[in-house]
Amino acid sequence: MTTQAPSKRAYLKPPVTEVGVLGWLRSNLFNTWYNSLLTIFVIALLAWLLPPLIRWGFIDSLWNSSAEACRETDGACWSVIPNNIRFIIFGFFPSGQEWRPTLAMVLLIGMVIYSRDRSRWKRSLLVLWAINLVVMGVLMHGGIFGMPSVDTAQWSGLPLTLMLSFFGMVAAYPFGVLLALGRRSDLPAIKTLCVIYIEMIRGVPLISLLFMSSVMFPLFLPEGVTIDKVLRAQIAIILFTAAYIAEVVRGGLQAIPKGQYEAADSLGLNYRQSMRLIILPQALKIVIPPTVGILLSAFKDTSLVVIIALYDVLKTTKVALSNPLWTGYSTEAYIFLALLYFVFCYAMSSYSRKLEKELHTEH
Amino acid sequence: MKKNLTAEQSGNGKVAFWRDPDKRALFFQFMALLIVGGVSYYLFANTQANLARQSIATGFGFLQKEASFEIAESIIPYSAADTYARALLVGALNTIKVAFVGIILTTILGTIIGIARLSTNWLISELAAGFIEVMQNIPVLLQLFFWYALFYEAFPSPRQALHPFAGIFICNRGLIFAIPQAHAAYPAMGIALLAVVIGGWFLNKWSHKRLDLTGKMFPAFRVTLAAAILLPLLVWLAFGAPTAMNMPQLRGFNFSGGLTVSPEFTALLMGLVLYTSAFVAEIVRAGIQSIGRGQIEAAMAIGLRPGRVLQLVVLPQALRVIVPPLTSQMLNLTKNSTLAVAIGYADFVAVTNTTINQTGQAIEGVALIMVVYLFFSLSTSLFMNWYNKRTALVER
Repeated sequence: MTTQAPSKRAYLKPPVTEVGVLGWLRSNLFNTWYNSLLTIFVIALLAWLLPPLIRWGFIDSLWNSSAEACRETDGACWSVIPNNIRFIIFGFFPSGQEWRPTLAMVLLIGMVIYSRDRSRWKRSLLVLWAINLVVMGVLMHGGIFGMPSVDTAQWSGLPLTLMLSFFGMVAAYPFGVLLALGRRSDLPAIKTLCVIYIEMIRGVPLISLLFMSSVMFPLFLPEGVTIDKVLRAQIAIILFTAAYIAEVVRGGLQAIPKGQYEAADSLGLNYRQSMRLIILPQALKIVIPPTVGILLSAFKDTSLVVIIALYDVLKTTKVALSNPLWTGYSTEAYIFLALLYFVFCYAMSSYSRKLEKELHTEH
Repeated sequence: MKKNLTAEQSGNGKVAFWRDPDKRALFFQFMALLIVGGVSYYLFANTQANLARQSIATGFGFLQKEASFEIAESIIPYSAADTYARALLVGALNTIKVAFVGIILTTILGTIIGIARLSTNWLISELAAGFIEVMQNIPVLLQLFFWYALFYEAFPSPRQALHPFAGIFICNRGLIFAIPQAHAAYPAMGIALLAVVIGGWFLNKWSHKRLDLTGKMFPAFRVTLAAAILLPLLVWLAFGAPTAMNMPQLRGFNFSGGLTVSPEFTALLMGLVLYTSAFVAEIVRAGIQSIGRGQIEAAMAIGLRPGRVLQLVVLPQALRVIVPPLTSQMLNLTKNSTLAVAIGYADFVAVTNTTINQTGQAIEGVALIMVVYLFFSLSTSLFMNWYNKRTALVER
């Protein structure tokens, strides 16, 4: 090839309307006449809505003032949060002992973050979890090492929300997998039992199970035996979530080609081995997105325990707002709670996307 | 059942009975049934003993007794002197009311947002994405509390009610609309509309048959749409075009006249619709994206107009993907409407809860709730199975 100086033509730049900011605007906001109209309309709408909202939320707002000062301002009274934060987060946990639930929550969240990395999924991690759960239990319950004993009725606020949702998810998942396997079983009696269970639970709202746990369950037990109210709600959440997990996992099991089952059989693996080594790893992997959807709604649904008068973080917020000093600032407090829930849910769903990408081994 | 050949079987044809898969299967199933039956019997016996000890009445006799509590909003006439059965019916109708309106609004809003998410307009698409992300990640109960609190704290009392348009008032007692004064014309217009819908259905069948026989198209949908607008209008004119309105009037501390939508109902509806429509939007988006680009190009290549491409190629395939998860979202909406109990809307669960508190008959109450919602779910799944069978992909 001859090295020839490129002609001037080749250096002609693309028109200014096709590249850079203008080009981006043209292709993303004004590419057709109706998109242009829509863009202008939306911008006008935002220009009308946003300034008053920003004024309310940031300019005229008070961030750390007394309740009296809040009565004077037109803006948001974010002060409701710092002034009530102890009760919103810890509820009725004895004062002076707040470090215990704080440490327990830090341990729990820390362990979850530590377990994110798949290279750490070994037997030693399970041991670490077991130790941590015992430590958390001791921290919350107390009674030894000079920590005053705290009744479960006083467990409230954010620790209760995190506990109900964490154990709800962790216990419901294996139970749901078992139910799904039962529903796919060759044994008619076991299959029927699982189908009845799954369809019954999925057919009724969670509230009815929570009502059952709070008003009906005491009738089921022999005289003199009582089960803790928090534990009853926890069981209701586990039973409810497991039925939904089971249906998702069943979808995964059905999606595994018949050849995989036959190959496992022909290798001479028994039922348990073929499920553990061949079928479940593949089935559970393909249902990660819907499973995370179920786990997310389990997390959000723990807020329903408000209705049976357990003091989760939503209920403690409501109680804080019922103080006459702070009534009228629900909007601010609920926005704060919404942010709290959003952060947790968003972290979970972004982790699931990462896990899905890591486990994706096909071409 | 798997018939595994074990070492013994191939040897002398005799197997120890605990190695025989058939016998083992029978044994396991028997044990499972025994455990479930045993636990159920144990719980049942305990319950019987507890009920006898606490002398709680059993059975559904309480349904015929006087309820003696008021219900704030009701579709059918109800007073505290009516029976529990009627109170529960009022609750069930309230549930149906909020679920029905909610499902319609959710489908519309969810479809719009799902399509907006796919828009080539960056602003619209990002706004839709933001809406979906925010709504999906906040518990619906928190959303209900938020809207309900907004009503009570942000909106003024009836005396200073907001008055954005003529005939609409917004205050902390709810939304108050002006509605047309009752007139014989309106029921007649309803009948006319119903007649057009039925006629349109037959017209559609006829046009399909004609298309199959002769290949000639007939714009059945447009004709029906035109009739649906014109015929009720003609009826309205024939009755002398009544225009009298029932305007809300401020009397004392509240409005009278017009149509009042309570804050409880509005907050419940807003929470449910906004939360569920975020999920519906994702379903609609996934359904539309599931149609391969080649399908649309092929349809355009054989000369179909864009409207026909949508009608004949995209929608039938997308709906097959959309409808099953959509119905399960609608069912979720109905089940989530039980959260009404937390903000004081008298739905079925709220009324049953009051009944349980008054009579102490928790078992019957919870059983009623379960039966009613199981009925909703099972009838929906029956419909779904029918729909799936009808639209399932028929492969060779």
